[in-house]
Amino acid sequence: MVLPRVLEQVVNCKDELAQYYLMDCIIQVFPDEYHLQTLDTLLGACPQLQPTVDVKTILSQLMERLSNYAASTPQVLADFLQVEAFSKLSEAVVKVIEVQPDMPLVGAVSLHVALLTFTLRVHVDRLDYVDQVLGACVKKLEGVGKVKDNKATKQIIALLTAPLEKYNNIVTVLSLTNYPKVMEHLDYGTNKVMAVVIIQNIMKNGTFIMEADKVEALCELLKEIIQDSDGSPALDELDEEDFMEEQNLVARLVQMLTNDDNSEMFKILQTVRKYFLKGGPKRLGYTLPSLVFSALKLVRLLQQQDESSGEDGVTFPQKVFQFLLQTVEALSVVPAPELALRLYLQCAEAANNCDLEPIAYEFFTQAFVLYEEEIADSKAQVTAIHLIIGTLQRMHVFGVENRDTLTHKATGYSAKLLKKPDQCRAVYACSHLFWVVDGRVQDGERVLLCLKRALRIANAAQQMASVTKGSGGTLTLFVEILNKYLYYFEHGNQHITNSVIQGLIELIVTEMQSDNTTQDPMVDSFFASTLRYIRFQKQKGDGVAERYASIEL
Amino acid sequence: MSTSRKGSMMKTPDIQRRKVLTIGSFKLGICHGHQVIPWGDLDSLDMLQRQLDVDILITGHTHQFKAYKHEGGVIINPGFGTGAYSSITYNVNPSFVLTDIDGLRLVVYVYELIGGEVKVDKIDFKKAQPVG
Repeated sequence: MVLPRVLEQVVNCKDELAQYYLMDCIIQVFPDEYHLQTLDTLLGACPQLQPTVDVKTILSQLMERLSNYAASTPQVLADFLQVEAFSKLSEAVVKVIEVQPDMPLVGAVSLHVALLTFTLRVHVDRLDYVDQVLGACVKKLEGVGKVKDNKATKQIIALLTAPLEKYNNIVTVLSLTNYPKVMEHLDYGTNKVMAVVIIQNIMKNGTFIMEADKVEALCELLKEIIQDSDGSPALDELDEEDFMEEQNLVARLVQMLTNDDNSEMFKILQTVRKYFLKGGPKRLGYTLPSLVFSALKLVRLLQQQDESSGEDGVTFPQKVFQFLLQTVEALSVVPAPELALRLYLQCAEAANNCDLEPIAYEFFTQAFVLYEEEIADSKAQVTAIHLIIGTLQRMHVFGVENRDTLTHKATGYSAKLLKKPDQCRAVYACSHLFWVVDGRVQDGERVLLCLKRALRIANAAQQMASVTKGSGGTLTLFVEILNKYLYYFEHGNQHITNSVIQGLIELIVTEMQSDNTTQDPMVDSFFASTLRYIRFQKQKGDGVAERYASIEL
Repeated sequence: MSTSRKGSMMKTPDIQRRKVLTIGSFKLGICHGHQVIPWGDLDSLDMLQRQLDVDILITGHTHQFKAYKHEGGVIINPGFGTGAYSSITYNVNPSFVLTDIDGLRLVVYVYELIGGEVKVDKIDFKKAQPVG
């Protein structure tokens, strides 16, 4: 027929401009059905063209036409399969590259990009075809190592982005075995950029990755941002803000790795941790907390489902707590003691809710060890001790002995804080450790003793301040303790009597009127609003007024 | 004015800070809340409100929305905008709060995301006329 003769002419003319123009014409002019049927012939001419002809554009245009044809007329898909359009085009690509050994890398890769585009448009369901195209490109890239040419790199990114954007589902992309192999040829910086693109795609599409082996594959794919590797630049050379953004993305990714099946979920957590632990001190502070909270969510689910049976005496929740303990411990290499302390306390509370006393105790122990050994900054100590006290107050799982030990530790450290006002406040916060309520205790006497201890510290602070600064200024502590007295008075602590309260009120009044004390409007208004509160209570119903009656103002 | 919480697990420098602002005829106090023990205990928070001498106390830490009106003023915990995990509150519903101050009247609009739907509630508080 006509085509072979026409093509013969085109090839024989050996003029690159003419060849390009004529091939273009042939592709544009003849109808699509015709092209499908004459694919062999048409493609056969391509390798025979002059080396300087832009064959890839010609092939791309042909593939584009065919893609459009397939898109507009879905019935013809059968024809595509029948004439084996895909394999013919694949072979053509290989042939063209073979015949032009001087073709730059960018040319070869962009041919594959064109073929991939065709495949994704026409045979989107054929993951095997897609993988094949990637595989062909991998073969071409064999021995090249990390691609340094910018243009070629751009084409590789196009190759990697195309399936990502087409399927919008990383799980599908992960099934393409050649995908990671292509990605490996990106240089370090570009690889990280691509990794970020992948995570953003996951977040944007809300794709959940639900199987541990898929999670593993994903971590492998993203390994350049999860851990250091040979040849990657030192982390302190990287821009800190970029690094932080990148690691925060990794932390957010953890939320997408989840499964309703608890066993699978635990496998996922273990897999992720395996990779995160290779991240080194700079990364762990960003990534591990996310993992810890994911594990705590699992614990909560287990608690609500009441899974108490387990193999070799260790229940599932206990296994997760072991996992949590090890994970938080890993933060010591950062080091991040304040963060670790918070996380230990979160775990303690979770253990408390599962009624696991020894585990809750262990977490408190670790928190205290950190407090003793690693938290030296006085401001940090104040925050830390309050977190410990606050968490301990909420515990209901401890028996008398354990509770006593921990309470004793907490009060002891409270009294040893550097600044006296901080000591005072922490000690009166500890009073709640003797009152508790739902976890029981309610030891009124020890509450009072605690508050009296706080009062002694307040006194000492007052005296110290008048010597060193020539004025009070710590009078506010007395008012705070007064308010605490009122709190326990309200809540029925028999040891906090009217006279105790009366005594402190009078003490405050005396101090305020003393010559030594400079006026402090904040203390005045605080005391005034406290007295206002008492007056208000005196007028309340339900027997409240009676209790307050004997307090004279 | 909107209030929402930034998580304390993020590397924020100084959570023990407190701030007192005056908006119109109202004094507002903002405090993270982890130092008021027991956490979320309204009577203990009352003391803080008296100490800062504010009409409205905005606090956090527990990730649970709470609004409490009493004779001295209002205590608001706007909850947590992202619904993030809290050891204190199970099933955190993401929430935030908008406060509108008009003269002696304060209205708190609470937005909560419960079961995929946004629920809005409001709390009215009128301040007593200051004694002239």
